[in-house]
Formats: sequence, C-alpha cells, structure tokens
Amino acid sequence: MNLIATEASFALNLALLAMLIAVGFAVARTRSLLAAILLMGVYSLVSAAWLIVMDAPDVAFTEAVVGGGVSTIILLGAILLARGTTVRHDWRRSIAPAMLVLAVGGLLAYAVLGLPEFGDPASPANAHVGRSYLLETPGEIGVPNVVTAVLASYRGFDTLGEAVVILAAGIGVALMLGFGPRSSLPPPPVALGDHHVVLRVTAKLLIPLVTLFAFYVQFHGDLGAGGGFQAGVIVAVAVILHSLVFGLRGTSAAIPIALVRGVAALGVLIFAGVGVVCMANGGNFLDYDRLFSPGVEAMIPEGLLGDPGHAHHWGQHFGIFFIELGVLLTVAATMIAMFYGFAGRVVDVPETGR
Amino acid sequence: MNPALTHLNYLVVIVLMMTGLFIVFSTANLIKRMIGVAMFQTSTGFFFISLAKVSGGTAAITIDAASKEGRVLAAEAGAAYVQQFGVDGVVYSNPLPHVLILTAIVVGVATLSVGLAIAVRLREAYGTVEADEIEAISRKDAVQAGPAP
Repeated sequence: MNLIATEASFALNLALLAMLIAVGFAVARTRSLLAAILLMGVYSLVSAAWLIVMDAPDVAFTEAVVGGGVSTIILLGAILLARGTTVRHDWRRSIAPAMLVLAVGGLLAYAVLGLPEFGDPASPANAHVGRSYLLETPGEIGVPNVVTAVLASYRGFDTLGEAVVILAAGIGVALMLGFGPRSSLPPPPVALGDHHVVLRVTAKLLIPLVTLFAFYVQFHGDLGAGGGFQAGVIVAVAVILHSLVFGLRGTSAAIPIALVRGVAALGVLIFAGVGVVCMANGGNFLDYDRLFSPGVEAMIPEGLLGDPGHAHHWGQHFGIFFIELGVLLTVAATMIAMFYGFAGRVVDVPETGR
Repeated sequence: MNPALTHLNYLVVIVLMMTGLFIVFSTANLIKRMIGVAMFQTSTGFFFISLAKVSGGTAAITIDAASKEGRVLAAEAGAAYVQQFGVDGVVYSNPLPHVLILTAIVVGVATLSVGLAIAVRLREAYGTVEADEIEAISRKDAVQAGPAP
C-alpha cells in the first residue's frame, strides 16, 4: 500500500509539523521569557492536534493538559520570581551551539534514513511486540483501549515507577520551595474588587465542570482515551484555576497542604498495595488475575458492569480501576503541591540583578 | 520512493529536537534553558509516536470490524492489507510507544518543575538566573573570601 498517495491525513500531518517548526524557531528567537512560555503553550496545543493525526489520542490528551495547562502555569510562576527577559548576547556566541546542533542533527538525519518507511506496518516495532498487545488484549485484559491495558496491566510495574518518579519530583520541589504559603506571608492586599466579578462567576461555573470532566476522563479511561494521568492533571488545573481567581490563601484553606501531601503518598501506596494484594493471593506483583481469591471472585454479581455473558476479567477490571485511582491521586496532589510551592514563595529577592 | 518523503516525519522531528538543543546551548538564562529541555523532551516523544504510526491504521481502541467506522477503514486500506496487518479486521497503530510517551510527558512536567525550582532558589541567592552572571558572582565571592585554609 502506497502510504503517501493514499493517506488522506498526510497533508494535515505536514501542515501541523510545519507549524511546529515555525513555533519552535520563534521560541528560540524571542528574548522575552513570557513570549517563549506562551509560545510553548501554543507548541503543545499544535502538537496535540498532530498527535491525533498520528492515531495517539491518549498522548494528545496528555500533551494538551500538561503542556497547555500545568507546565505553562508553572513556568509563569517561575518567571514571576525572576527577570522577564534574557540577556542580549553577541550573535557570535550562537555560532558554536549552531555548529554543534547542525552536526548532531546531521548525524541523526543520516541515521533515521536507515529506518523503515514512515507508516510501515511490517517494521520490527509495529509487527512484533506492538501487534502482540493488540492481539492479546481482548482475551487477556478485556478492555477496549489497548493503551490503557498496556499502561495499567501489562506494564503496570513500569507505570508504578513513573508514579514514584512524579512523587519524588514533587518532594524535591517541596523541599526547595516549601510546601506553600508561609505564615510570614503578608495578608492579601484587599478582597478582589468588583471589576473581577466576571472572573469570579465564570470560575465558579467552570470549576465544577472541569472537575466533572476529570472524573469522566478517569472512569472512561479503559473504554476511550484518558486515564489517571490525564484526569489527575485536569483536577490540578481546576484547583489552580480556583487559586488564580480567589487567591492562594482561599485555596489552601479549602485544600490544605497537609491533605495534598498525604494524598500524593496515598496514591503510590494504593498502587503498590494492589500489587501486594496480588502477591498475597498467590500471584506475581501486579498480576491482577489474582487480585481476588476465587471465593471472592465468585461473589461478584454477573451483571455488575452490564453486558452479562461477556468474558469477565474481574481482577483485571478492578486492578486497573484501583491503580488508575492511585495514579490520579498522586498526579493531582503532586501538581497541586508544585503549584503551591511556586505560588507561595515570598518574593523577597534582593534587586541586585536587573 | 524518495527517502526525503518517506522519512520526512523523522527528519522534521529531528529539526524540532535540534531547536530545543540549540536553545539549551545558546542561552545562559536558566529558565529559557528549561524551556529548551522541555522542547527537546517532547520532540523525542514525537519521534517514537511517528515510528508507531501504521498507514491505514486507527487509534488503538478496539472497534468492531462490522461497524461503520470499521467498514470505512477497511474500504480505504483494501481487503488484502487488512487481512495481512489487521487484528480482527481492523488495522491499528502501535499502542506501545503511546504508553511510553504518555507517561514520559507527565514525568517531563515533574522534572521541569524541579529544574525551575532550582532556578528560583538560585535567583534568590544570586539575584539573577543568568548562568554566567551567577558564575561571575560566585567567583568574586571566592576571591573576597581568600584562599581556603
């Protein structure tokens, strides 16, 4: 099958890639940090559209909420505490990096020309391990979204590692920036004036909907695109939105830092706990088929998830449910803790620098 | 076929990666550098996603081959192609790289935060986030303090 002649989306693919290059060059060129950060948000949204063309809706979802949402806000929080523009350098200082980048890029380009063609279904990556996941998932796991099946079940141990890395990064940020507003923080200027009434009303309407959407993404993750990572970031975005409109003090009164800290650790505990329960029932770590002992499994009503007569994988269904819940808690709490860390930092920098 | 066209996606992704790398090398501003790292990181993910694309395929969420979407996809790809590369009558893109990159993106924002936190602390200690200014200040401090005993 001739890929380029038949693939209707190939032109769209090219257009989006051209936009990505244009935005990337603009980020490299600008000296304003604010412009660079906002362009990175644009970069993430364009790349999310491109990832849809690449048949990767789960990744597109993640890139949109992470790149367009949380990382933009954290970068903005960081430049609040720093100067807004980079120092202008002599253009000659860019020669050495440019030469180096051209050399590395040339080598990489030479290397990728030896790869299988773009879209080749018979390439080693697509024909062996990837295909076996597609073949085995309906029988072994029984969830429609193969990405969720691989993420939560086949490679559950890997995902546990990712959750621990996120928790560790959250702890690192908390150790460096503190756990949020300090008691020495001066009282907030004044209550928000009436000219913010539109913002307040809109935020009050949006926050419940954003949270509801997060839970849809969470619980729909094994049927369609979504899952604990995306839902966790969306929950964090709802909390950050509240904090942007109503002030950090109000938010940290509603969602105390101690709670956030505890929930971040609880998520990893739930994830690892599921693995330990499987071991206690005689399986391997995170082997969800052994999540329930046979006696308990027999007590689960036949039509619990609707669709009686369908091949049941109760252990797989509940295992994926619990570990996605663990991922949701860890990701949401860590992102909120990081935001508290950046936003609660007192701006008491000596103004020696420009 | 012309390799510049069949491998175009990989080449474009390399351009994006090198843009990120250039930002890291060419600026001394630590926050701009973290932006470059983030761009390099996501572009590396895009390379994996490009490798996972199967022509004529769809997202790796199982659909019924007899459904409307399934029949449209099969008609576009051709029966022999679907027979050879499809799973139960539908051709899917490779889900494994999607899993790896999905988690890598979330880990990426976590590590970005750690880098930015370091930059914020440096700013508090030195009053700047320009790496060469920080170096100059710490060198000056070292001279003023005199040689270590």
